[in-house]
Amino acid sequence: MIRIHHLNKTYVTGNTTLHVLKNLELHIQAGELVSIMGSSGSGKSTLLNILGILDSYDTGEYHLDNTLVKDLNETRAAKLRNQLIGFVFQSFNLISFKNAMENVALPLYYQKVNRKERNKRALGYLEKLGLLEWAEHLPNELSGGQQQRVAIARAMVSEPKIILADEPTGALDSQTSYEVISLFQEIQKTGITVIIVTHELDIAERTERIIQLKDGAIVEDQ
Amino acid sequence: MIFSLDKFQEILDTVKKNKLRTFLTCFSVAWGIFILIILLGAGTGLENGVREEFNRDAINSVWIRRGQTSKPYKGLQPGRKIQFTNEDYEELKRSIEGIEYMSSRFYVWGNNNITYKEEYDTFNIISSHPDHQYLENTQLMQGRFINALDVEQYRKVAAIGNQVEAALFKGKPAIGEYIGINGISFKVIGTFTDERDEWQQRLIYLPLSTAQRIFNGRNRVHVISFTTGDVSPEKGAAMEKQAQQILATRHHFDVTDERAVHIGNRWEEYLKYMRLFGGIRIFIWVIGIGTIVAGIVGVSNIMLIAVKERTREIGIRKALGASPWSIIDLILTESILITVLSGYVGLLLGIGVLEVVSNYMPPSTYFRNPEVDWKVALGAFLLLVFAGCLAGFIPARKAAQVKPVQALHDE
Repeated sequence: MIRIHHLNKTYVTGNTTLHVLKNLELHIQAGELVSIMGSSGSGKSTLLNILGILDSYDTGEYHLDNTLVKDLNETRAAKLRNQLIGFVFQSFNLISFKNAMENVALPLYYQKVNRKERNKRALGYLEKLGLLEWAEHLPNELSGGQQQRVAIARAMVSEPKIILADEPTGALDSQTSYEVISLFQEIQKTGITVIIVTHELDIAERTERIIQLKDGAIVEDQ
Repeated sequence: MIFSLDKFQEILDTVKKNKLRTFLTCFSVAWGIFILIILLGAGTGLENGVREEFNRDAINSVWIRRGQTSKPYKGLQPGRKIQFTNEDYEELKRSIEGIEYMSSRFYVWGNNNITYKEEYDTFNIISSHPDHQYLENTQLMQGRFINALDVEQYRKVAAIGNQVEAALFKGKPAIGEYIGINGISFKVIGTFTDERDEWQQRLIYLPLSTAQRIFNGRNRVHVISFTTGDVSPEKGAAMEKQAQQILATRHHFDVTDERAVHIGNRWEEYLKYMRLFGGIRIFIWVIGIGTIVAGIVGVSNIMLIAVKERTREIGIRKALGASPWSIIDLILTESILITVLSGYVGLLLGIGVLEVVSNYMPPSTYFRNPEVDWKVALGAFLLLVFAGCLAGFIPARKAAQVKPVQALHDE
């Protein structure tokens, strides 16, 4: 599903050049549940952004679902993101003036699905996540765990090939965190590749494969 | 720019979220267009009023009145009175090319006792050539005006104003009856009116030749006037100058002596007013467009702030698959929608106010029928659409440049 070969990424700020990802090699099969760990500055966020086509890289190759992702224009990148990737963020990133259902339906808006159909599918996913009765509520009326579940529903609604989660449990207590992780485990069972970036070991341990990143290189992969 | 119900719904959602912001934006645009329409309407009202005032008499007419010399000329002292004669009239008529209508005027001064059977009253009397009818915009009601034969044959005929008719005839038919003017009988050949000039309605017109003979005028005339037809301002001015030159030669006065004869050209005056209105119109447009521009800048400014506020939302949308174009589309459509809708409201309000004023305010000398040309209204509307695009463009471009990575990390 994901093939990364000799990937390099540097950030240039003023006179200093920061080599964030160094000759990275990474293969992730379809349907894997992987966690990426590393301290801050290890390059894990950069890697996630590149995986999510939110950021570009300098040299090397990144194949996503057998498509070479390189030097795409923004429109093409947006289209690939929309079709292949679902995002889950630490701070949920729900749109505050849209209710739960509308938030979940948003990716479908960009797939030009009509409103009725969008809302129907959104409700379907909310139901799966046990949030049907909250569908009409605005994000600030929901608890953190509920918000994150809405965000997960939103990531799933477009039926992506992979779900990228950036510290999905960072803002949640441990009980809720475990619930969220078990959700990801269930998603994985449906054949979707799930990649979680985290710095919490107990979260990472619940995934099948842990990739340790340090100073822009993989130091451990188990 | 594809307009879909879905996009409209998206925009409505954001608009609903920011009611005050949207209201203020709408207000500034509506106010701008409202003021423009009111200003333009008021300008037109003023112009209509003055134009109407000028319509009283032929606009392109030149009136020449007697004066007194104020400059010495070839040994002649200043202070001589100039007298016009029939010969002056003939000479001017012969020499000046392009004259349309021409007439002399001989006033029969004093309180003239006019009688009809037992009725009597005093009225003013003017004698003239037939063309006078067109120089004064005299509107015939019945019969005819003085004609060439009347003048040629010294006929004792009279055309009377409607107030004269009312005073003497009290509703009975006047045409063909004889009235006494200072004891001499004249046949009434026509009645006329002049809606905008009450003085005219109390006048009696006689043939010039008849009046000169009966009322001891010999060959003297008081006023000579002519119209210049459809000529350019330059040609009109040239004709006026030629008349001055001919009279100066015939009466031996300095051609630069402006007090020897008084030449009044309504049509030059009219042009002066029209030039003034041209200036006023430009002034109004400048102010109006300035007001609209202020509105546009307001919209732009508010949209810029909105985009900044919505950076995160835009980042989320981009992460979820929104292309830069779809973001531009969203912001641009929102600002166009806001400007166009509120501009339309301002337009309607402005036109409404003008309608009310024009229907309920009595027309006065210098103000009547304030109105806005539909072409101008359409132009203003198109200007708004254009302005809406402009107001949305910079914020939209800024929004499209939002990087999702940065927007989302902006905790």
